[in-house]
Amino acid sequence: MDILIDQFFNVAIMQKAFPLLLKGLWMTLQLCVAVILLGLVGGLFVALGNLSPRRWLRWPTIVYIDVFRALPPLVLLIFIYSGLPFAGINVSPFTAVVIAFLLNNSSYYAEVYRAGLISVAKGQWEAAASTGLSRSQSLVYVVLPQAVRNVLPDLLSNTVEVVKLTSLASVISLSELLYSADMARSVTYNASPLVLAALFYLVLLWPLVRLVSHFQRRLAA
Amino acid sequence: MAKRPMLEIAALEKRFGDNTILKQIDLKVAEGELVFVIGPSGSGKSTMLRCCNRLEQPTSGDIIVDGRNIMAGTSRDLAQMRLQIGMVFQGFHLYPHMNVLKNVTLAQRKALKRSKAEADVRAMDMLERVGLAHKADAYPSELSGGQQQRVAIARALALDPKIMLFDEPTSALDPELVGSVLKVMKDLKSKGMTMLVVSHEMGFARETADRVVFMDGGVIVEEGTPDEIFGAPKAERTRAFLSRVAG
Amino acid sequence: MERFLETFFNPVVMAKYAPDVIAGMGVTLAIAAAVIVAGIALGLALACLRAYRRKVLNFFIICYADIFRALPPLVLILILYFGFPSIGIRLSGAMVLFIVLSLTLAAFAEEIFWAGFSAVEKGQWEAGIATGLGFTRTLAFVALPQAVRLAMPPLVNRVLAITKMTALGSAIGVVEILSASTTAQSFSGSATPLTLSVIAYLVIFMPMVVLARWLENRTAWKKR
Ligand SMILES: Nc1ncnc2c1ncn2[C@@H]1O[C@H](COP(=O)(O)OP(=O)(O)OP(=O)(O)O)[C@@H](O)[C@H]1O
Ligand SMILES: [Mg+2]
Repeated sequence: MDILIDQFFNVAIMQKAFPLLLKGLWMTLQLCVAVILLGLVGGLFVALGNLSPRRWLRWPTIVYIDVFRALPPLVLLIFIYSGLPFAGINVSPFTAVVIAFLLNNSSYYAEVYRAGLISVAKGQWEAAASTGLSRSQSLVYVVLPQAVRNVLPDLLSNTVEVVKLTSLASVISLSELLYSADMARSVTYNASPLVLAALFYLVLLWPLVRLVSHFQRRLAA
Repeated sequence: MAKRPMLEIAALEKRFGDNTILKQIDLKVAEGELVFVIGPSGSGKSTMLRCCNRLEQPTSGDIIVDGRNIMAGTSRDLAQMRLQIGMVFQGFHLYPHMNVLKNVTLAQRKALKRSKAEADVRAMDMLERVGLAHKADAYPSELSGGQQQRVAIARALALDPKIMLFDEPTSALDPELVGSVLKVMKDLKSKGMTMLVVSHEMGFARETADRVVFMDGGVIVEEGTPDEIFGAPKAERTRAFLSRVAG
Repeated sequence: MERFLETFFNPVVMAKYAPDVIAGMGVTLAIAAAVIVAGIALGLALACLRAYRRKVLNFFIICYADIFRALPPLVLILILYFGFPSIGIRLSGAMVLFIVLSLTLAAFAEEIFWAGFSAVEKGQWEAGIATGLGFTRTLAFVALPQAVRLAMPPLVNRVLAITKMTALGSAIGVVEILSASTTAQSFSGSATPLTLSVIAYLVIFMPMVVLARWLENRTAWKKR
């Protein structure tokens, strides 16, 4: 029992690692903001292309969504970070993460938006059009707010996944939360910093996970 | 009969694939006139109405509103012209995420570019007119069907349209709520609004309509005053339809 | 353009390292299959247990599901792989990957199946119990089939997302597709092996994506 506590819940080591992890957390939060915002915006455009009546817009977005849903985000990340330099394109770890996850997230968000946009009755588009609103005005003021409300649980749960995904950045040595914790682990030969990182993630994400469940139950009822 | 035509449908044709839904429709609605359209289900009444503001794209023909052909022009022109054509749907289609006032001001602000104050005043006037000023802060889900439909009418009126199109405005309503909507429509007519109405409310037609049009199979079979159509229909198909509806 | 092809589609490099990547596909598929079976079985079992509505038990089930849905799998992988040896538990990389991904999938599967159970109408339960089936048999023969059908589309999506995470094995020395190709990349000094890995993943996961889309469309149409 003692060895368990010493190896995983060593308070002294956690205290020492705390400032480093806090720095890592800051980087994680920055990543989250960039990746979530880009994913939300990119996903919307992909979804709109996907629902467009124009074939030359629809087909590329179908391929886009399916390919990037099929590829593991880590593979995308490695490909961009260590593959592109072979073609003479060097990217910083931060940029590599943002690009890789933009490709991945936007296809997931696009699927969610698509379901939301389809769920809004056609009559809403028609009512908006009949009052002289343009298509983009109808989308922004009438249809999109309803679409987002209808799929809020899925948007939220996808966002939880995106936050978790940022931990992959540690693989290419971007000093976010998990990387910092693993550094501390390898210096101290003790897993407590990793457990501390896990606690950070829990504090960050447990409320969101609860919220997702709450929404889902309310929609089911 | 010197009044100018407010709406002119000329040689309108609509096909869905191989199906010709509307064949060579010609119809004029004069300023201040209420034209009432009847006909069996599937005869193309809704399609004709929806072609008038190009919610449905006509296959050929012209739609002329107050002298301007809405078949010509860019999509921006189309949005501008739709402002002049109010439409009321069977299913109301109020925006569920906005309160009543917002429902009525949205297009005024975004399409007509009115200021908020101006749009609010206009909206309250129109809500007053349909008897729902006290519901300005309510959400559509808190209103009865009849109230929702009156808000939908106010939403269209607030844009100062030159003509109002009604597609079975009372068909989705409980019988006891129908009267309140018809009353608003009657009031509109008396104030000089030009109206094209698809409906099964024959009593309303007798009382209020200037002309009645009978459609069947995508063509206008017969048109005339309410007395002519209801009292002495000429065409066999009209007679058959009316006796069926009268039950 | 030629340089691009040379970098990412070098045929010599491809031929040389294709066997390694194909071997990696075997490892990926094996772990994925084990994760799917174990994760879904555990998740389903937990959801069924939860249906009995024992307060204490449900508290632990909900906590488990919440924690494993909130934690990034890579954190758990590192804890198990680097932390456990110091308390005398030495697990292979593949074992760690299997355990973490199964537990994660189980957490999501439990929530999905539970949502399915909750969506089964009350009348169905009552009908089962009224006809003398008893709670357990009503659960098994009446509620479960309906819950499973409702759970299918979200479950397939989740299975897809989690089996893709087998790529995390590359961080702890599991020789699956990604690590086979990054190794090949450093030996060959070419980006072509990375292309191979992309192709390998598309071969494995594209069918699942298409299946997920098909399932979703089918249920979406039924709802209308
Ligand atoms: N989008 C469409 N695609 C194909 N056919 C259509 C479409 N919309 C309408 N139709 C067909 O056009 C015909 C006329 O339909 P419309 O809705 O105009 O009839 P209606 O007179 O309004 O009938 P109702 O009294 O039932 O409302 C029908 O046979 C219908 O099936
Ligand atoms: Mg109709």
